[in-house]
Amino acid sequence: MSIEIEGVGKNFGLFSALSDVQLTVPSGELVALLGPSGSGKTTLLRIIAGLEKPDSGRILFNGEEATNRDVRERHVGFVFQHYALFRHMTVFENIAFGLTVQPKKSRLSKGQIRDKVFTLLKLIQLEQLWDRYPAQLSGGQRQRVALARALAVEPQVLLLDEPFGALDAKVRLELRRWLRRLHDEIHVTSVFVTHDQEEALEVADRIVVMNQGKIEQQGTPSEVYDRPATPFVFDFLGNVNLFQGRVHEGMAQMGGMQLSSPEHSGTNNVPAVGYVRSHDIEIERVPLDASSVQAEVRYILSVGPLVRIDLALSGGEGIEVDLSRDVADKLDLQVGEKVFARPRKMRVFTDDYQI
Amino acid sequence: MHVAKGFHKNGGKDGSRVSEPAAVRFLLISAALAFLALFLLLPLTAVFVEAFAKGWEAYLAALHEPDTLSAIWLTLITAAICVPANLFFGIVAAWAIAKFSFRGKSLLITLIDLPFSVSPVVSGLIYVLIFGLQGWLGPWLQAHDIKIIFAVPGIVLATIFVTFPFVARELIPLMESQGRDEEEAALTLGASGLQTFFRVTFPNIKWGVLYGVILCNARAMGEFGAVSVVSGHVRGSTNTIPLQVEILYNEYSYAAAFAVASLLALLALVTLAIKTVAEWKIQQGMSINEGER
Repeated sequence: MSIEIEGVGKNFGLFSALSDVQLTVPSGELVALLGPSGSGKTTLLRIIAGLEKPDSGRILFNGEEATNRDVRERHVGFVFQHYALFRHMTVFENIAFGLTVQPKKSRLSKGQIRDKVFTLLKLIQLEQLWDRYPAQLSGGQRQRVALARALAVEPQVLLLDEPFGALDAKVRLELRRWLRRLHDEIHVTSVFVTHDQEEALEVADRIVVMNQGKIEQQGTPSEVYDRPATPFVFDFLGNVNLFQGRVHEGMAQMGGMQLSSPEHSGTNNVPAVGYVRSHDIEIERVPLDASSVQAEVRYILSVGPLVRIDLALSGGEGIEVDLSRDVADKLDLQVGEKVFARPRKMRVFTDDYQI
Repeated sequence: MHVAKGFHKNGGKDGSRVSEPAAVRFLLISAALAFLALFLLLPLTAVFVEAFAKGWEAYLAALHEPDTLSAIWLTLITAAICVPANLFFGIVAAWAIAKFSFRGKSLLITLIDLPFSVSPVVSGLIYVLIFGLQGWLGPWLQAHDIKIIFAVPGIVLATIFVTFPFVARELIPLMESQGRDEEEAALTLGASGLQTFFRVTFPNIKWGVLYGVILCNARAMGEFGAVSVVSGHVRGSTNTIPLQVEILYNEYSYAAAFAVASLLALLALVTLAIKTVAEWKIQQGMSINEGER
């Protein structure tokens, strides 16, 4: 089922949580709403679910007006950040809940419910734990039960609110890969909220980046990562270095570096900010061209497969560079050494953009 | 401040080092126990000693007195009306306050607390001023031959007023701590409002409800001030147990007075026992709750 969101706005008192949001979620896709806390992503998800009413705008399910449809009639599956399992019910009873509250006419028989619950238990690989209570499960197990409970009613849309936010790093990684595989199997239209860019990039078909109640950019993971539309998106996705400077007729002057910036060929000495991802910087001992700038090595940190190098430019401002381990080993940098840094890719935004 | 400093200085490895010397501990604990014995245990014992001063036979006879039986009956009826009424109001109010946000919410919370802060005598007087012969509705009630003050309805009204906060007060913090997630989950799974309440909300608060109910019941049966004002003390008709105790005592039938009083003391003991179990169960529920977060 496709979801269309047309001009949705929502205020909480004086705080504007969402303003004029336009979004289409195509049928069968897995979409991530990505943004910092307070960006309105959870509010948008709750509005889609019907747990919150928008102040303005419309929600359409499959092209049909659903703005005023009751939560119960929307047939959405909702997975909460803190699982929200019924704590006085066993795993089995939790998953069966949505089936047992159906009106008598449309309710499945006891045996059918049992079969269905065990099929779902198999799907989440927790058949052995059917008679446990939520308090007896680990966080990852609880979240899988919550997911099975939501799937039991065969929802047309699956909505997940920071589904892995409360889990530790390893379980989070496992569970999000499992969610991706599950989605490839059952293809239910899904929207999930996250503030973790890595999670969004890895799991989603499409990413919707939100900031201050508005959508900054939407697109495939590679689109938003490789071609960020705004400084905010650039800043939010991945480690980034900022350079203040100016652009003049297609040439950018940034902190002692000179680079070409063809999309600004028509500009005349305009203040601008350059964005370079930390892995898009080369460190060399000899300057290559005008885009190289001298810097001093301040710190060297090993972060798993990467080596993070903290450089200080002559003006004192710092830049972060991520090198792969073998590149770093070849360079064999020393703290205090003078080197040259050269951005391989820089994205220049003139000052009419605001973060 | 001193306590906090000492605590930090000694660190936490050896438990005994952070507490006071043995002599001080002994002194403090004995002082507390002596205080308890003097002000709580001694009176309680006195009630039972006096009640049985003339033997088991006299005790039973005192309770079989028709006026006393009628007082017990009236007390039971009053509690049987007040407790379910306040159970209903309490759950509804706590549900509204804990699970929804609306205008005037803090005013409602203040109003629920009102009976706690008003003297029971004043609570009784309010009803006399409204329903009494000289009160606002007095003439109209008399014209329609409805008796509220100096009759059972007045006693019930005054008791409902006085016991109003018990259930609600107990449930509001409990329901607030549980949040709305489980209810919202039930709604998205297609449950109706009633199904959500009976299958999700109520099982989570049932021990809190029991706790509120027994406290409400103890107060409803034991209320003296408010009931005294509206009852009119008609023997065998508008006397509750506490009022009957007072009458018997004023008539120098000490053994009978204490025999009837021992019923209230027994009620208190049973209430305490149930309350302890309920508290323990609520604690258990809370820790499960924390485990889930």
